[in-house]
Amino acid sequence: MTMRFNDETFRGDYTFRNSPEAVRRFPFPFDQDSYMYSVNIEPHRKTRAGSVFEHRFDVDEHYVAEMRDRAITLERDPLRCQSLPHMELAGWDFLELVMTSKAEDYPELFTLNRDGDRWHWINRPLGIEQRFTFLDATTLPCGPMEYITRQTQGDHALLDQRDGNLWMDAGMVTAQADWSLDFDIGMNFFEWHAPVPKANEMGVFQRALKFLLNLQQGAPVRRLNWTMTVNPRLDTSPETYPEWGPEKRTVTPETVGAKQHLRVELQTLWRLPRSNAIAFPIRCYLCALDDIVTVPKWGRRLHRVLRDLPDELAEYKGFAVNRGVIVDYLARFDDGAETSPGIFPD
Amino acid sequence: MSAQVLQVAEVEALSPLVTRFRFVHPEGEALPLFSGGAHVVVEMPDGAVLRRNAYSLISDPLDGSGYEIAVRRDEAGRGGSRFMHAEVAVGDLLRVGAPVNLFALDLRARRHVLIAGGIGITPFLAQIRQLIRLQLPFELHYAVRSRAEAAAARLLPDLAQVHLHISEEGSRMDLGEILSGQPLGTHVYVCGPEGLVDGVLDTARCLGWPKGALHSEAFLAPPPGEAFEVTLARSGRKIAVGPHQSLLEALEAAEVEVPWLCRGGACGQCETHVTSCSGHIEHHDHWLSDEARASQSAIMPCVSRFRGADLTIDR
Ligand code: FES
Repeated sequence: MTMRFNDETFRGDYTFRNSPEAVRRFPFPFDQDSYMYSVNIEPHRKTRAGSVFEHRFDVDEHYVAEMRDRAITLERDPLRCQSLPHMELAGWDFLELVMTSKAEDYPELFTLNRDGDRWHWINRPLGIEQRFTFLDATTLPCGPMEYITRQTQGDHALLDQRDGNLWMDAGMVTAQADWSLDFDIGMNFFEWHAPVPKANEMGVFQRALKFLLNLQQGAPVRRLNWTMTVNPRLDTSPETYPEWGPEKRTVTPETVGAKQHLRVELQTLWRLPRSNAIAFPIRCYLCALDDIVTVPKWGRRLHRVLRDLPDELAEYKGFAVNRGVIVDYLARFDDGAETSPGIFPD
Repeated sequence: MSAQVLQVAEVEALSPLVTRFRFVHPEGEALPLFSGGAHVVVEMPDGAVLRRNAYSLISDPLDGSGYEIAVRRDEAGRGGSRFMHAEVAVGDLLRVGAPVNLFALDLRARRHVLIAGGIGITPFLAQIRQLIRLQLPFELHYAVRSRAEAAAARLLPDLAQVHLHISEEGSRMDLGEILSGQPLGTHVYVCGPEGLVDGVLDTARCLGWPKGALHSEAFLAPPPGEAFEVTLARSGRKIAVGPHQSLLEALEAAEVEVPWLCRGGACGQCETHVTSCSGHIEHHDHWLSDEARASQSAIMPCVSRFRGADLTIDR
């Protein structure tokens, strides 16, 4: 199978589009007609050929454009990529995980040749060919985490484990749903989760932390999270809020279907071997409402979920101002029919 | 817990009491790498009982060709170490879990001081290989009573910063000397008998070391004891725990699922709420707070036992 990569933008003229195939494989996050905040973690194993869960690191038609967008963001704000010095080993672990996974899962796109510590990496979509010595950072143009995350869709955090806690000590964050690496770097699990509403009973987080501390090598897990974004914008960071915040006001009944996007994060968690750190890729998928409703089940269900969502959650997810317009638009695609269980199209 | 079947490739006596075992993949596949200080849980089908004991990995963390452990024969123990010594031979197949690290190096440290007593040397054997590979400054102190007991001596690299202290020969380890005068940003790690662990932690505190720079491996083997019975609150079932069985093993034998990681009272995963208790819980863990212990509101089934009329747990 050869993959075609879109020539598109995630800012300015926003030429981002999903092909019909990309819409069908969009990770629609609701498996029933209502939504409750939950930790909903499951094993990250190969699921459904063609879905975003098929491979360990999904590569899709947006790959090249997303990497270009990341480079623009980094050019403007280099602090979106940070790694405290003790995290270099974790960076190598993660580089190895991504390179070996991609070379196995997409042999036509990526190749990795290894001769002991002498590695040779070919990334065809991005036109990169690199020979380097594993564990010797001087042989790469930048640190190992930065190197590989400039070639991997999604934001990435590397979490150090010590003192019975997890610490966000490295990351590449250019497509975040309104959080800031520069703010969170060096924080522990409880500190960086501080702003989640409603789940604020410590118990939920203590259980989640306990689960993560127990995360085992070779047994990665995943969960989906979601929010709403106006325009297909990856960089919705607090730092650039003045650029994208006002765009929320441009949503009208006429434009909502094209402008309003459901933004889904496929979050995975991996125990890394040499460093004992945890890699936390947060992969972002965007889909315009106009495209969502081409899958009748999703149109019906999204209408019911957003209509019945508690106000605080709409506020927290940042779309309270446009909720009325969105729900009115979606109501046209909800005939009241029953929906099938699960997230996949019928 | 994910475990794979591995083959015993080498069995070698390191001392009269300690034996080294090397495990490899039966088809020669590479095993997952790990970090220094990690342990694996080895499953031992010992008659009717399935034992699972945790052992630190002593081989090179960056060498996936095999895993090595060193097991000290414990005559008074529950039988796991006796099983390894008496029953396990080259060619045998055993299930071995994925490496888990509850005693990792803090890679922020500017310098690492490792202090081992007796069999407590095991996690450090892997850690020093990692430190050497990462070119990080360290020193190792290995204290034993006699030369014959220094099982790991010949597994140690011949380096100036590796010190063997043999008390019988008059070269006792001087903790005050080791711990004073270390540069700022040094971390200390200790593993060994409780007296040594306490000694290191107390000395370091007296010398003003920050708490975050002190690391100890608080692993225990589950102690044997008298047989007892527990009631499961969710099903009303009663489970008998044998003298050489841990409560966790008894629950597993009865197919009751309990999460676990260390099986040594250190990780907190198996913590179980006690719904009623008339009698005395023998807490052996390093996890519960003093209040939880005193109120008998929780128990760590991997190491703790019970004596009395009734213990009902939330399982
Ligand atoms: S399994 Fe770790 S404390 Fe019980």
